[in-house]
Amino acid sequence: MIPGRLSDTVGVIPPTEMRVLEAAGPKSPRTVSQQLLRSPTFLIGAAIVVFWIVCAVFGNSFAPHNPLAQQLLATNATLSGAHLFGTDQLGRDVLSRVIVGAHNILVIAPMATLLGTALGTALGLVMGYFGGTVDAVVGRLVETVLALPVIIVAVLFVRALGPSIPTLVVVIGFVFAPLIARTVRAAVLVERDLDYVAAAHLRGDKAPHIMFVEILPNVLPPILVEFTVRIGYAIFTVATLSFLGLGPPPPTPDWGADIAANYSVISAGYWWETLFPALAIASLVVAVNLIADGVESVLAQ
Amino acid sequence: MAAYLLKRVGLSIVTLFLLSIVVFYAGQVLPGDPGRFILGPLAAHSAVLTLDRQLGVERPLVDQYWTWISGFVHGNMGTSYEYQAPVEPYITSAAVQSLKLASVAFVIVVPLSILGGVVAALKAGGPIDRIISIGGLSGSTLPEFVSGIILLEIFAVAFHVLPATATSPMGSSVVTQLDHLILPAIPLVLVLFGYVSRMARAGTIEALASDYARTAALKGLRRSVVIRRHVLRNALLPTITVIATQMGYLIGGLVVVETLFNYQGIGSLVLGAVNSKDFPMLEAGVLLIGVVYMLATLLADISYSLLNPRIRLGGGE
Repeated sequence: MIPGRLSDTVGVIPPTEMRVLEAAGPKSPRTVSQQLLRSPTFLIGAAIVVFWIVCAVFGNSFAPHNPLAQQLLATNATLSGAHLFGTDQLGRDVLSRVIVGAHNILVIAPMATLLGTALGTALGLVMGYFGGTVDAVVGRLVETVLALPVIIVAVLFVRALGPSIPTLVVVIGFVFAPLIARTVRAAVLVERDLDYVAAAHLRGDKAPHIMFVEILPNVLPPILVEFTVRIGYAIFTVATLSFLGLGPPPPTPDWGADIAANYSVISAGYWWETLFPALAIASLVVAVNLIADGVESVLAQ
Repeated sequence: MAAYLLKRVGLSIVTLFLLSIVVFYAGQVLPGDPGRFILGPLAAHSAVLTLDRQLGVERPLVDQYWTWISGFVHGNMGTSYEYQAPVEPYITSAAVQSLKLASVAFVIVVPLSILGGVVAALKAGGPIDRIISIGGLSGSTLPEFVSGIILLEIFAVAFHVLPATATSPMGSSVVTQLDHLILPAIPLVLVLFGYVSRMARAGTIEALASDYARTAALKGLRRSVVIRRHVLRNALLPTITVIATQMGYLIGGLVVVETLFNYQGIGSLVLGAVNSKDFPMLEAGVLLIGVVYMLATLLADISYSLLNPRIRLGGGE
């Protein structure tokens, strides 16, 4: 890539690269967690995420109604004691669907991010460490993938492979990998010229050993920041794909799909069917960003 | 400089070529048979095979790719399977619609996010800075349909101040069209705001700490004059070029917003083509998106390098 190119540091997708530049220097995991526990933004974010994780795991046992049960005599019912968030077009309890609906997104988003981070880290290490032709060829392929909006690439491949939880994890993971690779590559370029890498060369260490054992631990902080920020975008992507009809198939409760199924009746005044799932997604997104902000500021200190 | 430009344009052409291959083969992986799709489930098997042969979908993929890309270069984007008509008019009209919506979003977001970024930078570290930064970041990861739904319920349903659909009646005045486009533009604005304001903030902080800003302050200029005359000018140029790199995101956002607000733009066109397996429409739409994005990035890079003497004069890494 050309030195100083703008798009090397600023990506198609907003602010991660900028944040990564701010994170520097290894720290012991113990100090990091101690500092995190003193950060109010991190704690508030973590509390909200823990709440949704509890809903995702145990939701079925404490939801007031069966989220799949249709009451065809009580469709589009407004908020009441029996249905705190009202019912949808099929008479299903909106509160129960919001509680149980946390499951899909909280399974897919972290797993996809994990896959994307693993792939992207490996790719970035190879590009940064070998440089030259390898970097140029892989870099061009990465640029090609990044030349299309993430959502369009994901829509194409999810439609081709058929919507399901594993498909979504794999597709989102693959789409995120180039973005993460770019960050890791930039960090590796700095490390590559340091003395410890030269020393490992002189000792006769093999390239995989140098990349994964010597360099990787030193580029972990930016990868960690990238991971937390990327989870936010994974939630964004999963929710959007569900909304576009490419999420796990119905009738499983799903925030994005429930909004898509009921947004045509907003103008009829049935606002609760879409507003509560929308607020659920919004709260999760804000919470993940609070956590990312906490992690970033602790690692950057 | 000439060498840099040449290299940069050359790389774009390589990427564009790779992109056209990716787009073409991505279209092929969608399950289903075009002949069967056009003729419907009741048509005879032999008829489907004949149509497939006429469409040329039985030929080797390399052959098909060559026909497609050479047609594309000559301005022939192919014939839509779904509408049985040339693709161009659909693509053109959808692109114009999307351009209108995107322009409204840009006109709102650019001044707003620059203002936000500069204010955050001037109050760096304070509560206003934190609110703008965390709020901006949350806005930028809030899916457009989520903010869209919330805005729709507030402004269109509860208070009836803005129309709920993006499409205005045929032959509407510019004002009516704008009125319909404001609500759909806001979700896009929210996503872009976090990013652009962050860049504006970083640029302003850098300019504030620079030697020329300090010299101006030491000369005895008032702080407001220093900021207006020295800091802003240097902080904003890179920010403006950064905005061009957001085109790629913006088009992705259009898919969602156009679906939510029932608007016939390029995003909903591509989504519709994916769902109906209309290859020619899909490939033309996606390739157009790729080209627009690539041109925007190219312009951004070139203007950035013109503004930045270290690159213009051929400095190293």
